[in-house]
Amino acid sequence: MLFRLAWRNIWRNKRRTLITMASILFAVLFATFMEAIQKGAWDHMISSVVNYYFGFVQVHEKGYWEEQSIDKAFPLVDSLEQLGTKTAEIKEVLPRIESFALASTGENTSGVMAIGIDPVAENGMTSLESRISKGAYLKSGEAAALVAEGVAKNLGLELGDTIVLISQGYHGVNAAGKYPIKGIVNFGSPDLNKQMVYLPLKEAQSFYGAPGLVTSIALKLDRQEDIKPVLRALDSGLDTAIYEVMDWKEMLPDLVQAKTVDSAGNIIIYFILYLIIAFGIFGTILMMAKEREYEFGVLISIGMHRLQLGIAVWLEVVMLGVLGTLGGILASLPLVWYFHVYPIRFTGDYAAAMEAFGFEPIFPALLQPHIFLQQALLVFILTALLAIYPLYKLIKLKPVQAMRG
Amino acid sequence: MKVITTIGVTKVYNPDKIPVRALNGVDLRIEQGEFTAIVGPSGSGKTTLLNVIGGLDRPTSGDVDIGGADIDAMSDNKLIDFRKQHIGFVFQAYNLIPVLTARENVEFVMLLQKRPKQERHDRAEELLRAVGLADKMDKRPSELSGGQQQRVAIARALAPKPDFILADEPTANLDSVSTANLLDIMARLNKEENITFVFSTHDQRVIDRARRVITLVDGKVASDEVRG
Repeated sequence: MLFRLAWRNIWRNKRRTLITMASILFAVLFATFMEAIQKGAWDHMISSVVNYYFGFVQVHEKGYWEEQSIDKAFPLVDSLEQLGTKTAEIKEVLPRIESFALASTGENTSGVMAIGIDPVAENGMTSLESRISKGAYLKSGEAAALVAEGVAKNLGLELGDTIVLISQGYHGVNAAGKYPIKGIVNFGSPDLNKQMVYLPLKEAQSFYGAPGLVTSIALKLDRQEDIKPVLRALDSGLDTAIYEVMDWKEMLPDLVQAKTVDSAGNIIIYFILYLIIAFGIFGTILMMAKEREYEFGVLISIGMHRLQLGIAVWLEVVMLGVLGTLGGILASLPLVWYFHVYPIRFTGDYAAAMEAFGFEPIFPALLQPHIFLQQALLVFILTALLAIYPLYKLIKLKPVQAMRG
Repeated sequence: MKVITTIGVTKVYNPDKIPVRALNGVDLRIEQGEFTAIVGPSGSGKTTLLNVIGGLDRPTSGDVDIGGADIDAMSDNKLIDFRKQHIGFVFQAYNLIPVLTARENVEFVMLLQKRPKQERHDRAEELLRAVGLADKMDKRPSELSGGQQQRVAIARALAPKPDFILADEPTANLDSVSTANLLDIMARLNKEENITFVFSTHDQRVIDRARRVITLVDGKVASDEVRG
């Protein structure tokens, strides 16, 4: 009966109920859409950055990330190479050996990042082959180099030219080598464009005087949600006294911070939005409580306990909130779905700027239940809290005074 | 035998500011089966007395005893339960729950008493028939006339099988026909089922039908007339 009473009371003043519901509906619609776009954009951006080079998870020798030194290279043993066969979420294992080197050709020199890669595995995650603008992709075991466009431009290199690399190798050995340019790759990011030089892994190991060693193993995962199980599996499967396992958040704190700052900005917008909604709902509650004071007095007089009455009124307000929220979710579902399937695509200068940093200039909406549930929960908590007000008034209500008006 | 007794009941509003003495030492004894009207000019304390007897308001001093229960000593929640079991109220107007039908309004008090569904249903039907509303059971208050609404209120007041019905100016908003109709029903229930009715009223038509008329003036019993 309390449910029936609450339900029917909602519709006593249809216009007011519809206006309140509509305000909740639009707030939920707006907040859900904003959240879906913001989270979707960040997910897309993170995936781009992570899959561009870093991978969601990397394994190094303990202390490597802090020092980033070739001396922290470690043997690429079978158990590490076969990580993918032990943990289903690991889709690709990318062994790398990397350090800085001085590149020169003729009279020109430039500092570069010389990286040894497994060409097949690397392409599986970073799609490096698709970035080739001239020439061909590397093959394992060949003595050849891929250079970024910026490096080629600085050094005046063309396909078939030779690049000379000089560096300090493993434990101080002299590293020197010369490699024909097999391909030129283009990165959106200017930073990468002016410093990347790729060699096949064995060739790079030989260059750095570190046969069989790597400085990092990047792991390709399909989804961010797979990070936790992979970290758990690696923590228990690897000797943590020797290796460090890091996820992208540890490796890219700047990106995490940028995301946090952006999310904080949104929280302020949500706060203002829900504050406005809260005032709307509270206005309805105030009017309802005032209008029905006489009725509340009668109900207490005929034997209804204040708590029972309070629960009925609380249910009424919460039902109003739930109806508005459901409406908002139903309205936002097709909208979020549409922008998930057909992402917002930027053009012009903004798109060019994003592309320059290697991001696809699109903002897809994130279509995940938690986006909708989060808003539903927020409005539920909001209405449930606001509905405490009439409960408080009812506890203090004196039936005689209420009926006197 | 259920009896209402008040001894030296006073009620002072705003005791700390400008005190208003609504009841000023009321001694009364109302026996079961009475059909009593409390009359008096506006501000004489009729409604206050009814509220105090019904446990809706507490006296400033004095004792109120209903059927042997000292209602002054009860907590608020106990008092609500006591009212639910022993006292039925009929107010001036607008006292039905507007979103419930006539039948649901009558059933509501029994629901609060946690009576079984079938019993609630049967008794609500029986009472609405008794007040002549067999064909209006599924109408909401807004679809009923003022007189019909008051009859539903009487049915609701009777639903929990109370010892007393307290009615505060029940005919104040009714036309002559509805008033006569309502008084007929209450008189019949009083006679046939020995239900005690206590009214506060200005209405001469009600006063004419009462078997006992208590007149209040300035919060005191000025006269107490029992008719044959």
